[in-house]
Amino acid sequence: MKGSKAAAWILLLLLPAGFAGVWRLQRKINVAREAMNREQDEVLLRSPKLMKVVTGEYATLAADIYWTRAVQYYGGRRLGQNTNLESLWPLLDLATTLDPNLLPVYRFGATFLSEPEPRGAGRADLAIALLERGIQANPEYWRLNQDLGNVYYLELKDYPKAGQVYLEGSKKPGSATWMKVMAARFLEKGESRETAAMLWSEVYESSTDQTLKENARINLQLLRSDEDIERLTEIVQQFTANTGHTPHSIRELIQAGMIGGEPLDPAGYAYAIGADGKAHISDKSPLFKQQTTYRRGL
Amino acid sequence: MSRLLIVARNTFREAVRDRVLYNLVFFAFLMIASAVIVGQISMDIETVVMVSLGLSAISLIGLLIAVFMGVGLVSKEIDKRTLHAVLAKPLRRWEFLLGKFAGLVVTLAVNTVAMAAGLFAALWLVKHSIARGDAVVLVAVYFILLKLMLVVALAMLFSCFTSPLLAILFTGGLYLAGMFVSELRSLQLTNLTPQMQKFFAVISYVLPNFGNYDVMGAAAHGRSIAAMLIVHNTLYTILYCAIVLGAAAVIFSRKDLK
Amino acid sequence: MEVEAGEVFGLLGPNGAGKSTTIKLLMGIIFPTSGSAQMLGKPVSDVAMHRDIGYLPEQPYFYDYLTAVEVLDYFARFHGYGAAERGERVQKMLQKVGLETAGKIQLRKYSKGMLQRVGLAQAILHDPKLVILDEPMSGLDPVGRREVRDIILELKSTGKTILFSTHILPDAEMLCDRVGVIAGGKLRGVGAPGAIVGVKATGMEILFELTEGMELPGKIRAAATKSGAGYRMSVGESELYLALEGLRAAGARITSVTQVKPTLEDFFMELVGKDRAQAAAVEVSAQ
Repeated sequence: MKGSKAAAWILLLLLPAGFAGVWRLQRKINVAREAMNREQDEVLLRSPKLMKVVTGEYATLAADIYWTRAVQYYGGRRLGQNTNLESLWPLLDLATTLDPNLLPVYRFGATFLSEPEPRGAGRADLAIALLERGIQANPEYWRLNQDLGNVYYLELKDYPKAGQVYLEGSKKPGSATWMKVMAARFLEKGESRETAAMLWSEVYESSTDQTLKENARINLQLLRSDEDIERLTEIVQQFTANTGHTPHSIRELIQAGMIGGEPLDPAGYAYAIGADGKAHISDKSPLFKQQTTYRRGL
Repeated sequence: MSRLLIVARNTFREAVRDRVLYNLVFFAFLMIASAVIVGQISMDIETVVMVSLGLSAISLIGLLIAVFMGVGLVSKEIDKRTLHAVLAKPLRRWEFLLGKFAGLVVTLAVNTVAMAAGLFAALWLVKHSIARGDAVVLVAVYFILLKLMLVVALAMLFSCFTSPLLAILFTGGLYLAGMFVSELRSLQLTNLTPQMQKFFAVISYVLPNFGNYDVMGAAAHGRSIAAMLIVHNTLYTILYCAIVLGAAAVIFSRKDLK
Repeated sequence: MEVEAGEVFGLLGPNGAGKSTTIKLLMGIIFPTSGSAQMLGKPVSDVAMHRDIGYLPEQPYFYDYLTAVEVLDYFARFHGYGAAERGERVQKMLQKVGLETAGKIQLRKYSKGMLQRVGLAQAILHDPKLVILDEPMSGLDPVGRREVRDIILELKSTGKTILFSTHILPDAEMLCDRVGVIAGGKLRGVGAPGAIVGVKATGMEILFELTEGMELPGKIRAAATKSGAGYRMSVGESELYLALEGLRAAGARITSVTQVKPTLEDFFMELVGKDRAQAAAVEVSAQ
């Protein structure tokens, strides 16, 4: 008995030392594994058909897991810094094959598959394939038509097709009235900033996912700043015509009485006039970087 | 030391006679089935599918054996009182415990190596060649074995002070928790207080991190694994097993038996 | 309690008295809350000392997937014998306990009695100085019990010390140099079986038969009880000749006259009875 009591005390004293060793080793292991993972993210078993067979009655659960990984994957890459999104498509493909009714996947996938690099994968064709699968599996869910139409409009600039898709969507039960309105606009007016703005504000209103909402919001801001810049440029040209020289700053325009006050971009920063005599977004504004990385409405 | 080996040898013999190794037959069927399925899917991913399936099966079967037999190592001896006569021998209780541990680990090693051989045989049949990249599969198998060692140690620890059923549940639960430990660490739950976040961070280091052993991706795609990782995982396993078995030995040494 | 070298000591008591507990404490299977114990001059926690101790657990159960030969071989390995010597000893032991034909059969097919014998074999295989047997006779038929008794006596003759527990009193009376009586977890008495009960005789017992047509006088009829073909009657020593005279007069045929000595059983029953009465009294007072 005495022996084992002594052993107990020894163990108690050694435990902290033991776990300290475990801690150190774990850190080293983490480093090694991090290096391993950085090479390429893995999607095991890329064959959706195989997975459908293998998972059997757990297909829906497996779909959820793949979807979760997709979100984690995308979230973990700190948007814009990783241009390799080749693994995103397989995850979405798998998730929707295993559970075709997993609606968030379609909306999410459509946006980030279709947007050009570096923000998205730049693969509008995959987005369309995904959405068409979604529409086939969920024929009453009109929002998928909205998403599909948006891809045609924004990426492929195929306005007739976009309008057609919106029209089909507007016929589905429960669809919003503006679906028909938008369909008409697409078919009539084709490319237009106003239409794009309406499109994005619908997306903004209807998105529950923060990432998508944010995406829509910034696109809207960029559209508005586009409009501002167009008008500002007109005013600048007017000024140049009037005075014979290009203005160097907004203040000159104010002094000349051509605009009332200092115009701010949607992010709250003042516009600037460049050496080329054109107006543009100030480089202090967050919109400056976003205008290159985000997809524009026009 | 040699007394420990006597117990180990007997434990191995028990496992064999318990027809545990018959699971290899099931594994063989699985490999055949997967080869057939793979033939029907597509080129190019044969290795991926077979290695993934094979490693998953090796891991799962190994885990089942490790948990159920690991718990039984101690509890069966106590329940059936086969232990009493052995304790009358000049053998310390901790020697007995470690001997049982060693016996089961050897059984698992034999089982795992046999399955790995089966996996390579299946791969060869399907691909008609073994590439250098396939050697990574060996590392993956080794890691699985390390993982199983730790699971057996945990199973033994729990069975020293709880009922067999609870020991199985605790061990299984700890394994699942350990798989997600690494997720715990990267958890950025901003709605937790800093103390809670610190708490989770500490827990994530204390709990056995079974995610360390997961290299299925690398093995399936033939990507090499850093040598240092192999060394560190080995050391980690040895150290953690030592802690767990030490605790088990102390508990077992003072336990009143039936 | 002390067991002296070279003696056969019996631990007696009813079920649940604490005999097995005592033995398990000695063997380190359970741990005491207080006190100390020694075997062969070393504390019971000294595992190396087990080299000279043989132990048969009560209701022994061994790995049933092994054969008797394998089990004995397994246990023998702990004592460091070479392979040849191990084989020899195992064979010898199997012979000694009468299992030499069943050696290669798996234990799962063994009867309880056979298991008991395997248990005994592994306890003495390594020629221990001290042999501790927990209920060695349980599960054995009369032939088996006789064999075990013989083995115990043989062990004693080679100078070994034997401690065994039992609740079968005749065995204890026959084998033990001394006995210790345990009841209710306490040691009640230690001594030679005879000494414990006292040598005082309590009377005489007469066995007799009646011839046809004869009748017993009333006084005798009241005292006698039928026993098989005849009758038995207990009388005090002083009234013996009076009773015999009465029987002769009645024409009875005397078949035996024996002295009645109190047995260990009587002592036992009295002890247990007292114990139960005490326990009941304690219960009553507690209420």
